[in-house]
Amino acid sequence: MSLPGLPLLLQSIVNGILMGGVYGLVAIGLTLIFGVMKIINFAHGSLMMLGMFTTYWLYVFLGLDPYLSLLFSIPCLFVLGLLIERFLIAQVLDAPAHNQLLLTLGISLFIENFALFLWTPNFRTLEVTYLRKAAMVGTVMISLPKLVAFIFAIILTILLYCFLKRTDMGKAIRAASEEREGALTVGINLRRIYYVAFGIGAACVGAAGTLTAPFFYVNPNVGGIFVITAFVVVVLGGMGNFIGALVGGIIIGLAESVGAAFVPGQLKQFIIYFIFILVLLFKPEGLFGRTSE
Amino acid sequence: MVILEGRGLTKAFGGLQAVKDLSFALRDGEILGIIGPNGAGKTTLFNLLTGFYRPDAGRVFFKGENVTGLRPHQICKRGLARTFQITQPFANLTVLENVKIGAYSRIPSSPEATQEALRILGTVGLYERRDELASALSVGHRKNLELAKALATRPELILLDEVVAGLNPKEGDDMIAYIKGIREQGITVLLIEHVMKAIMSLCNRIIVIHYGERIAEGVPEEISKNPKVIEAYLGEEYVLGRNQ
Amino acid sequence: MNSTAGRTRNILVIIITGVILLILPFFMGGYYVHLVTMIFFFGYLGVAWNILGGYAGQFSFGHAAFFGVGAFTSTLLQVHLGVNPWIGLFLAGIAGLILGLCIGSLSFRYGLRGPYFALAMLALAEMFRLMAVEWMTVRYPLGITIPLKGDSLWYFQFRSKVPYYYIMLFMMAAALYLTHVIEGKKIGSYFKAIRENESAAEALGINAFKYKLLAMAMSSFLTAVGGTFYAQYYLHIDEESAFGVAISIEALLGPILGGAGTVLGPVLGAGIIEGLSETTRNLLGGYSGVHLMVYGTILIFVIIFLPGGILGGLQTAFRKLSRGG
Repeated sequence: MSLPGLPLLLQSIVNGILMGGVYGLVAIGLTLIFGVMKIINFAHGSLMMLGMFTTYWLYVFLGLDPYLSLLFSIPCLFVLGLLIERFLIAQVLDAPAHNQLLLTLGISLFIENFALFLWTPNFRTLEVTYLRKAAMVGTVMISLPKLVAFIFAIILTILLYCFLKRTDMGKAIRAASEEREGALTVGINLRRIYYVAFGIGAACVGAAGTLTAPFFYVNPNVGGIFVITAFVVVVLGGMGNFIGALVGGIIIGLAESVGAAFVPGQLKQFIIYFIFILVLLFKPEGLFGRTSE
Repeated sequence: MVILEGRGLTKAFGGLQAVKDLSFALRDGEILGIIGPNGAGKTTLFNLLTGFYRPDAGRVFFKGENVTGLRPHQICKRGLARTFQITQPFANLTVLENVKIGAYSRIPSSPEATQEALRILGTVGLYERRDELASALSVGHRKNLELAKALATRPELILLDEVVAGLNPKEGDDMIAYIKGIREQGITVLLIEHVMKAIMSLCNRIIVIHYGERIAEGVPEEISKNPKVIEAYLGEEYVLGRNQ
Repeated sequence: MNSTAGRTRNILVIIITGVILLILPFFMGGYYVHLVTMIFFFGYLGVAWNILGGYAGQFSFGHAAFFGVGAFTSTLLQVHLGVNPWIGLFLAGIAGLILGLCIGSLSFRYGLRGPYFALAMLALAEMFRLMAVEWMTVRYPLGITIPLKGDSLWYFQFRSKVPYYYIMLFMMAAALYLTHVIEGKKIGSYFKAIRENESAAEALGINAFKYKLLAMAMSSFLTAVGGTFYAQYYLHIDEESAFGVAISIEALLGPILGGAGTVLGPVLGAGIIEGLSETTRNLLGGYSGVHLMVYGTILIFVIIFLPGGILGGLQTAFRKLSRGG
């Protein structure tokens, strides 16, 4: 375990922040779903994987620029999320929480392995040719696809934030997550809120998948890696807490990246899991508390 | 002999002061009633006495022993049982199993615990329903079950949290009779109630709580005439002595 | 159902079933002996999970942690120190037990419940898997193989599958018996009380922490022992087969399908799942992960339509019938 020098440290920090933005986008979808429905969506990672594959196949068959494919992955994942909630999740809203988790586990198993069946376990990559050259700032190499992903993630987060604050549907969603009974009495159609919220959550993570595809490998099992990270971010930031998800994402991105500089290979994931258990045990309400935004 | 004593009990949640410097003493064999408007802190007091909450300040003495900070199961083992305001049955277990679990706290053997449970079910009128799932019971029967579970632990003192509220007049009368029967067995009773008929007919003494503080104490006749008490209840929906 | 006639009938059924299972290997080819042994194996794993999950109500998504610790303990002791695998089996159980007590006391002390406990266990299993990956990449890139010692009960290795069949049958029967005993006694009722309503249980004098830990101890010990069996059966382990998510899922799927909180539920579930697994494997050949897709479908279906599992559903139906008449 050799100590990294300053240039490597700086590089790790930059990478960590960039990746953290993407983690934040993934986590925001998850925390929104939890905030509104109190459901922990284990299938979140598999939805991200679908976003990645949407982008990949559009790229392979139509030569579509990955960033343009956002126009497809976002609505497609939104609709898929909506359907999943409407037909599956809605059936278990009153079931014990561990049963709800089992359901989403089942959904994730199905989606991931169906993808495995259709598309084989081969690792695929796609490359955005005009972003191949990395930018150099001093000693730090900034991967352009990662930078673009980060920027888009921030933009989408801001858009979502405005949606929740300004639009009627957004306000209804916030109302439903803060005070379910009250929302009902005001005549808010809770059923619709639920599937819209789930759809939005799916759309966010689908977008995150699209944004990640240019620099991460594409593979049916990729969801499993991201889902635990997403959980850690959400728990760290406070379940249901929007801002917490973004900040938590960046913290975890940093922890993972800087940690990888100190610790060999696979063990950087180990750090994430360790943080997860620590937070669950000692500060389950997260850094920012369990509020919804 | 004082069986239960609270001294200076205080509990706040965030900014909300639920119980404030509350003291009282309960004598062996009496039935003490606690009344007060909704949100006055009565159930919080019960939770403090039974170990579900830790007091911010103050102490609880049971049979002379300082039991502050003990866990609920430890307090139950010492002879203090309680019911919950919103009934907490073991939903997917039968009525018999529910009560048997209470009986196990004193009787380790399964067949004997079953016998004890059946006996207790008989005393609260649930014997016929012993094989039904607890989740299938009506509200009235759930309250009886709640009582039976607590009684199965052979307590010396039982805390009843609104066991009469929500029952129809006939069920309410039955419940009042059960509680009288409990006292006859030598069990001391501390009860929270809204139903005035129950309070008036059962209690030796009454304590009135408002905003977490004790505002009055005395025998039922005194309390019903106490101006502070009447003022505390002004603006509330229910009427003193509504059940004739 | 506790009449002497009922009980005699139950004992008769058990004896007949036992005899059938005992003579079955003589009528089956090696493939089917393997299949049934696997049913016993996953049934056993499910019964072990069920003590903590179905009875005490603490659903763990990471039982692979105990399984893998057991498998690695006995295997490493055998390969490096020549420790006899039967002794290793016992030590493996102890190792699993210790891990279970550690994670249990932390989790239950700090009030980890429901899905949070489930996920924490998953994280734990993954942590072990990653440690194993790291450690094995250099020393054992292809996993650890147990050296062949031929047909030997002493060395817990056999050329034929049949002895394994009997060992696993015995282990499963023992675990089932344990569950049956628990169910009828105070400890079983206390587990169920904690599962149904932990606060109400505490109010009735139940030390929830102690009993959850007890359930965890039994569950982790048995699961770890299962890991040893697996290692001796395949004479090879690696980080994926020992600590992989698949094991954690297989441990809980049987009980969920068959009926968590029942004695036979896990075995019934295991039987159906293994049967389905094999069928899909034969129909769809070598496509990886198809059986996991089946698992996912089963989970979705059961949680939505039959949350009590098959036996739970039957119990509910029986109740409705005997009442509704």
